[in-house]
Amino acid sequence: MTSGTRLVHPLKGWSRYGGLILLAVICLLPIWVMISTSLKNEVLIFDGRPIWFFFFPTIENYEYILTRGKFDRYLTNSIIVATASTFFTLFFGGLCAYALARSEFRGRRFTANATLLLRMVPPAVLAVPAFAMAAAFGLKQDLAVLTFFYTALNLPFAIWLLFGFYKQIPVELEEAAIVDGASPLQVFFRVLMPLMKSGYAVAGIFAFRIAWNEFILALLLTGRRTRTLPVAAAGFITDTGVEWGRIMAMGTLIVIPPLLFTFFAARQIITGMTAGAVKG
Amino acid sequence: MAVAAAGRPAGAAPPRFSVRALTPWYFMAPAVLVMAGGLLYPIFDALYLSFFDWKIATPFSKASHVGLANYVRLVSDPDVRESLWVTVRFGFWTITVEMVLGVALALLLEKPIRGASVFRTIFILPLMVSPVVVGLIWRYLFDARIGWINHYLGEWFGIEPLIWLGAPDLAFFAIVLTDIWQWTPFIFIIVIAGLQALPSEILEASRIDGANWWQQTFLVKLPMIRSILVIALLMRLIDVFRALEVMYIMTGGGPGRATELMSLHIYNRAFDAQLLGYASAIAVLLIAVVFLLSLGILAHGNPMNEKSDV
Repeated sequence: MTSGTRLVHPLKGWSRYGGLILLAVICLLPIWVMISTSLKNEVLIFDGRPIWFFFFPTIENYEYILTRGKFDRYLTNSIIVATASTFFTLFFGGLCAYALARSEFRGRRFTANATLLLRMVPPAVLAVPAFAMAAAFGLKQDLAVLTFFYTALNLPFAIWLLFGFYKQIPVELEEAAIVDGASPLQVFFRVLMPLMKSGYAVAGIFAFRIAWNEFILALLLTGRRTRTLPVAAAGFITDTGVEWGRIMAMGTLIVIPPLLFTFFAARQIITGMTAGAVKG
Repeated sequence: MAVAAAGRPAGAAPPRFSVRALTPWYFMAPAVLVMAGGLLYPIFDALYLSFFDWKIATPFSKASHVGLANYVRLVSDPDVRESLWVTVRFGFWTITVEMVLGVALALLLEKPIRGASVFRTIFILPLMVSPVVVGLIWRYLFDARIGWINHYLGEWFGIEPLIWLGAPDLAFFAIVLTDIWQWTPFIFIIVIAGLQALPSEILEASRIDGANWWQQTFLVKLPMIRSILVIALLMRLIDVFRALEVMYIMTGGGPGRATELMSLHIYNRAFDAQLLGYASAIAVLLIAVVFLLSLGILAHGNPMNEKSDV
């Protein structure tokens, strides 16, 4: 064995940084294009010459979005649907994942597999039936319908993620609580809930993001009063010219919550993303 | 309830019929009911509707039962075939580029370095931006008149302005590029996580045995993360069949059907052509494809099938 052969990495220190920085710039560029365009006036935008940084910023696009349209209503709708569906997803999903993680019963395997398969259902498949169901129940353009479908869409992933987190909690804790005479529900809420905080955080971020961004069901199941933000943003694209400054202002506003999540919970997001493929 | 069972002496069989045996089902009932009503029922409803000729804005009671007519039409429909072909081509190009780029970048950049968390935060940004907004941004960048891409192509290469989203091949290229921008980081992050989870002893051993970087990469690391790569590939493949928003915003599926992936095709057939029954038949086809791909993931093991801690 010779120690002469050393692992020579094809990229040396500084060039590795160079590579990372280049990638970071590519990721950021389009987002910066959106933000900068939202701060430009129409003349500047339709001039067609890209100006990256040095222009005189204006807030007229934001002013228009926030005061002329029904932005506040769309925002309220989006917040209601996203928060409510995230709450139900975590509540129901947490209970379900707990049962799957901690008990052996007939039908457990089937439920686990069915849950995994249902995670993959394309929203477009739900479109026509959801439309028909809403009509049949006389609940056209009702936010409750949207909340229901978002909860359903989010549950499989949440259950699956929370399952992994329950697995990491030692059973002895619950046994001790049982011996002390706690009921299953007490064990769930009093003993496990505090330990599951990070699990719920990860699942919550993903559930909220899906509900906040979802477009196609929202487009079909909402009306003028119940429209959510992505639907309203898409509505700006008309055949007669596109008001890019306003659209980009709207886009920037929509992206704020997901961006905040990214900056403050990047680690949790990566946990959620890799949970699927990488067994930790 | 396992936790309840834990109080029992080991080996004692649980009573056959008891409230206790039902406890897991009480816990699961809300989630199972919502998933049954919001996912399972719609799938069967789509199957049911696919046997009807139902036009939008007419009550379902007026729809006529047409047997397998929708499926007969589906088999010989050139538009469905084209949409399927567009989806396959889109999947091929996006996933090939994303996998190669994502894996290569992860291998080159995996070494822990200063500021890694900053970079990781930036890399997940494209994944967090709403698909609708991604579509809006890239529609602007690809705009024929004021788009930045045309501007720089002209300035740097002297290329005349192209009507990106108005020509079939260019529009297809545009949606592929947009997808690559958004999803390469996903592969990158998953592969990095996989590489960092590799036991260091094995890498150390291969190094001591004199493996160079290339040998270690292709003979040790990549084989060891193979299942991660397969799962990432299948997840992306399923996503291709779910994709809709970006194309809806950028091109609406056009010009012609050049960028109309399956999901968007179903939407357009249902709510643009107003053929709800026929669109449902196409949806059944889509769900069958996705189901088969999902079985591939399931074959790689469902962590939830692990024994519970009884």
